[in-house]
Amino acid sequence: MPTVQLLILPLAATYEMKNISLSVIDNDHSTYAQQLINKFTASGYFKLTDYSASYKEALHQVEKNNADIILQIPANFEKTLIRENKASLSLNVNAINGSTAGLAASYAGIIIKNFNAEIREKILQTPAANMQPVIDITYSNWYNPDLNYKKFMVPGILVMLLSLVGGFLAALNIVSEKEKGTIEQINVTPVKKTTFIISKIIPFWIIGMIIFTVGLIICKLVYNITPVGSYITLYAFAAIYMLAFLGFGLLISTYSDNQRQAMFVAFFFMLIFILLSGEFTPITSMPQWAQVVAKLNPLSYFVAVMRLVMLKGSSFTDVSSYFLTICGFGALFNTWAILNYRKTSG
Amino acid sequence: MKIVLWSTSIKANSQWLIAVSRIQNNMENKAITTDKLTKRFGDFIAVNEISFEVDKGEIFGFLGANGAGKTTAMRMLIGLSKPTAGKASVAGFDVYQQTEKIKKSIGYMSQKFSLYEDLSVQENIDLFGSIYGLQKNILKQKSQQLLSNLKLEDDKNKLVQSLPLGWKQKLAFSIAIIHNPQIVFLDEPTGGVDPITRRQFWDMIYAASANGITIFVTTHYMDEAEYCNRVSIMVDGKIEALDSPNNLKKKFEAKSMDEVFQQLARKAKRADG
Repeated sequence: MPTVQLLILPLAATYEMKNISLSVIDNDHSTYAQQLINKFTASGYFKLTDYSASYKEALHQVEKNNADIILQIPANFEKTLIRENKASLSLNVNAINGSTAGLAASYAGIIIKNFNAEIREKILQTPAANMQPVIDITYSNWYNPDLNYKKFMVPGILVMLLSLVGGFLAALNIVSEKEKGTIEQINVTPVKKTTFIISKIIPFWIIGMIIFTVGLIICKLVYNITPVGSYITLYAFAAIYMLAFLGFGLLISTYSDNQRQAMFVAFFFMLIFILLSGEFTPITSMPQWAQVVAKLNPLSYFVAVMRLVMLKGSSFTDVSSYFLTICGFGALFNTWAILNYRKTSG
Repeated sequence: MKIVLWSTSIKANSQWLIAVSRIQNNMENKAITTDKLTKRFGDFIAVNEISFEVDKGEIFGFLGANGAGKTTAMRMLIGLSKPTAGKASVAGFDVYQQTEKIKKSIGYMSQKFSLYEDLSVQENIDLFGSIYGLQKNILKQKSQQLLSNLKLEDDKNKLVQSLPLGWKQKLAFSIAIIHNPQIVFLDEPTGGVDPITRRQFWDMIYAASANGITIFVTTHYMDEAEYCNRVSIMVDGKIEALDSPNNLKKKFEAKSMDEVFQQLARKAKRADG
């Protein structure tokens, strides 16, 4: 199951846009207009889904969810462009999904800019004379040069899977013994509380490490992501993180009376932990209170470490403060769970 | 005057010493002693000042209708539940302070079948054997003996959930005494078990008793009550009768333990359940 999730989730959690539905209102029907439309469709990001005669009609298509973006080419677009050396276009973006809209608009902007440059070269046969000095900004993207969103997302999703498996399995475990009644039999034995909790952690810890290994193999084979940093650092973190998160699950289990209760409590925390992990949105751009919550979130540390080590190649000493924090979480959750597990009721 | 005073104080002193040594003597001969042991849940008094003693090696029947407080009393004795008031010691250990020591000296088989159903017979034996700290070679020897006694050698790798109820109960009992405890607590061990298996179960209880294990058993079957050395009957949280089955029958002028029980339990005010 975690394997399948690792294969499917990154495809869904994409920040790259493809197949943006484009609706065109071409009031000009000129060669230039046609060229512009071709440029849009040729980019690979846009898909021409609709030709509308009027803005109203196009808007209707947006309402029906058939179009995400409307490109309106005014009448006499070509003529004005040649005669007055400038022309206007109108672009309307459906911004229900803010990030999609932003990306669509910026893609469209780039396409129009390119188109503009090409046209100018054609119209003005003497480009050099008229060219104004342009400051050209070049970007260089470090650590993920081709801005591959998968490189960014997959390590984080791997963390999420470890947390889901570890958290839920552990949360349901002791509580299921409470339901079956076997915990009673254990409680009348002289077994030590610490021994009991450790015996609960070990099998899940092994499962977690297997999942982590399978996940890294998938990273390599399917997404072609090889950690820049060392595997030893990654495993050291995964090992400690798993202990910490299992402790958290067992803690929920010791507080719950039945599996439904444990499930809901675990789900509640998981949702918060995942949303505030920094996987989907950067923690630094969250409101102040959310940043405080993120500091208390073990996931956020492991997501950060995974990215640092896998993409940036940080060494163990670079991330040792994270390591200590996760150790702290582990000690806290497990001690709490041991203390809260009672062999004798009041 | 002074001399007389002296003599009385010496007398008092010596009486006190005799009392102390008698208590110590009692502690040595008694597997369980309770003194006004009480458990309250809010306003509800589940167990109301019960006092009794169980001798070492005895088969002690702990009877009572549903809701009379048997299970609550037993849970206090085995260290699963803290008493509200009163004193009790089990195997010489205090039920307030020394619950973990008590747990080392007792075996327990609960009302609800509570071996691990998703583990095999052998795995359950090994698990509980090692929890009680049996050494590997002793555990191996004990488990072989246990399996041959129960004729489960061929089924030792079967999951416990696939066994019939009667077999499960016999297995649970055998595992409860695998570490040779001083006392074994059995909470309705034969509920829902057929008469032949019940008979076999009691043979096992007698065998354990012959090995010096004290048996503390609750049951609803009055024929089983007859097998006990002594029987106590709880009604509404209190012990209403405590004696050997024969003496009880004489006292209540009854032909069977069933009649004795009917007479006492009819007085109960608590709703059944």
